Amino acid sequence: MSDLPATGLQPSDVPLVSRRLSRRALLGSAAAVAGSAAVAPLFLHLDKLIPTTSAAAVAANSPIRHRWVMVFDLRLCDGCGKCTTACQKTHYLEPDQTWMKVYELKDASGGQFFMPRLCMQCADPPCLRVCPVGATFKNRDGVVLINQDTCIGCRLCMSACPYEARYFNWSEPTNKPLLPTTPTPEFPSPQRRGTVGKCTFCVHHTERGELPACVTGCPMEVIWIGDLQADVATNGVKTVRLSTFLAENDAVRYKDELNTGPQVYYILGHGQDLGF
Amino acid sequence: MTGLAATHELAWSSDVEEAAIRPMWHPGRLFWPIVAVLGLIVLGAFVAFGYQFLEGLWVAGYSDRSFYGIYEANLVAFIGVSYGGALVSAVLRLTGAHWRAPITRMAEVMALVSLLVGASFAIVHLGRPDRILNLITSPNPSSPILWDFTAITTYLLATVMFVYLPLVPDLARVRDRFPAGSVRRRIYGLAAISWADVPEQRRRLEWAVGIIAVLIIPLAVSVHSVLAWTFSMTTRPGWHSTIFGPYFVVGALYSGVALVVLIVAAFRRAYHLERFVGPRHLLLLSRIMAALGLVYLYFTFAELLTGGYARTKDEVSVLSALLEGPFAPAFWAFMVGGLFVPIALVALPTRRRSGALIAAAALVVVGMWLKRLLIVLPTATAPLIDDTWGAISITWVPALITLAATVAIPLGMIVLFRFVPLLAIDEVEQEQARWAAQEARP
Repeated sequence: MSDLPATGLQPSDVPLVSRRLSRRALLGSAAAVAGSAAVAPLFLHLDKLIPTTSAAAVAANSPIRHRWVMVFDLRLCDGCGKCTTACQKTHYLEPDQTWMKVYELKDASGGQFFMPRLCMQCADPPCLRVCPVGATFKNRDGVVLINQDTCIGCRLCMSACPYEARYFNWSEPTNKPLLPTTPTPEFPSPQRRGTVGKCTFCVHHTERGELPACVTGCPMEVIWIGDLQADVATNGVKTVRLSTFLAENDAVRYKDELNTGPQVYYILGHGQDLGF
Repeated sequence: MTGLAATHELAWSSDVEEAAIRPMWHPGRLFWPIVAVLGLIVLGAFVAFGYQFLEGLWVAGYSDRSFYGIYEANLVAFIGVSYGGALVSAVLRLTGAHWRAPITRMAEVMALVSLLVGASFAIVHLGRPDRILNLITSPNPSSPILWDFTAITTYLLATVMFVYLPLVPDLARVRDRFPAGSVRRRIYGLAAISWADVPEQRRRLEWAVGIIAVLIIPLAVSVHSVLAWTFSMTTRPGWHSTIFGPYFVVGALYSGVALVVLIVAAFRRAYHLERFVGPRHLLLLSRIMAALGLVYLYFTFAELLTGGYARTKDEVSVLSALLEGPFAPAFWAFMVGGLFVPIALVALPTRRRSGALIAAAALVVVGMWLKRLLIVLPTATAPLIDDTWGAISITWVPALITLAATVAIPLGMIVLFRFVPLLAIDEVEQEQARWAAQEARP
């Protein structure tokens, strides 16, 4: 069903990956149907011929160490934009490269609310699928990264992303680290002209047990970084059990119906339009 | 008989070879001035592209909320017209439409040149054109762009063969005009692959041309479907539509046949082909164009109605921008100038006048280019989260490159016709012989 193994640690009432049929499974069944139609009399019980692996076995062999998620508590966000600033400082971005962007939206009754948006680190990322040269990839912790040494700048990933989360380097970056660095997918700074960049969930920080720049940059304790594998989350001030936190606050995922499996949760509370 | 009777007014004389070969030796007084002017424009485009390569894509007016634009529209439009040339030649050949003989060479060469021009936009629009070979060294087969790359290169190969194979007998005639032992005789001899007009060679050539004519139709369909899927495989409103593949195919044919009308009309006058290409050819081509226009009109209606009737939020926002918002003037200009007026010009009794048909074809070519912009821009600038639309700016760089791409088609054609005959001499002579035989019969 998905590349995420059942670990037993996942909160049962929060679907990590949509239970609806994934595209891959759909195509697989379509192929199976087509194939079985050809030899129908022999394989009427096709499903019994396909070996199944237990979830426990998958989990035991899984290379996954972490399953990073972010949680945004929209009840507290006042739209100050300090997360954006912190992100741009950490990654040496141009002012219009808002990998972490705060949208000003209207709720159902016309009231204003703020929604920070970064890369949703989708479980089934549409951007990854359309990249013609495989420059977008998922690391073993499920974070979607870009190899800017491979990217040819076709921008089809920007077209495929439903969250406007990808930003192109239309010109040579002007902001650069003081010391010369070699950009890597994990720390793509400075950005490379003619290629696409986006939020990395600050893997260069989380690798070392540090918090993403937006989490530490937020003065309102809005932004939480969590690990589904360890079932823990923190906003830099408090630490909570992630599954309980999501369940008790009725966390939702934005555009969940697109079936991309976003790894970012929002906690609503101001009567926002659940266009979510 | 009807096909031939239709072209009855043309006195197909026996000097087709002279007429077809004349531009190779005597291109006319205007040849060099025209090549100089058009060549300068194309050269300017290369300079502009070099500037864009060094500076980045911002010089072309792109931004993150307006990430596709004129280059992507050009990619679709120019490869699209290529399809029209291939269709006129391949379909008319397969259906035995004899009147096609004098126009196939022009249509085929147009298909090849416009494909080369169109495919170059696949490189021009990249942020890192220097890394284009990554498509070969690290391909991702699930990407529509890789399908594009595969389909376009396959179609290019087929188009080259489709131009070359019917050329073989004509190249042999050119070869025979050079004195034995001369360099050019050897080059043309090589290109003519020992053609000596023996029945076995003729049988094999007809077989090969037939195969490639059959092949090129599904190949061209695949190119345009895949180009459409590059857009429609995303979830973006206005692009995520199941009709996009066939919609692009019909649009390509419609615009392509229109360009064939323009090319045939222009070359007829420029190269004095009035004895071979008559108003009847323009009329028959225009009828094909109008029929395709009606299909395109229907597809446009079906596409917009389906999206608009269900009224999902994003779909409505893009649709209203197109029908009554900032894109409305351009959209309705296309509906009237690119569909209704040209179709009417062909359908109404004034059709006997070639001028009206040429005007109709010109409207279609320009209108369909505009339509491609109207397919790309509204969706590429539409907001997916809030209500802020991306800003569109088209700077001198893409403007110059687009102009250069447009003039590159006639430029490439007149230069190529210095090296290969302008008419399919062999085919026209066969038609003449067939016609003479029918006339002789009581």
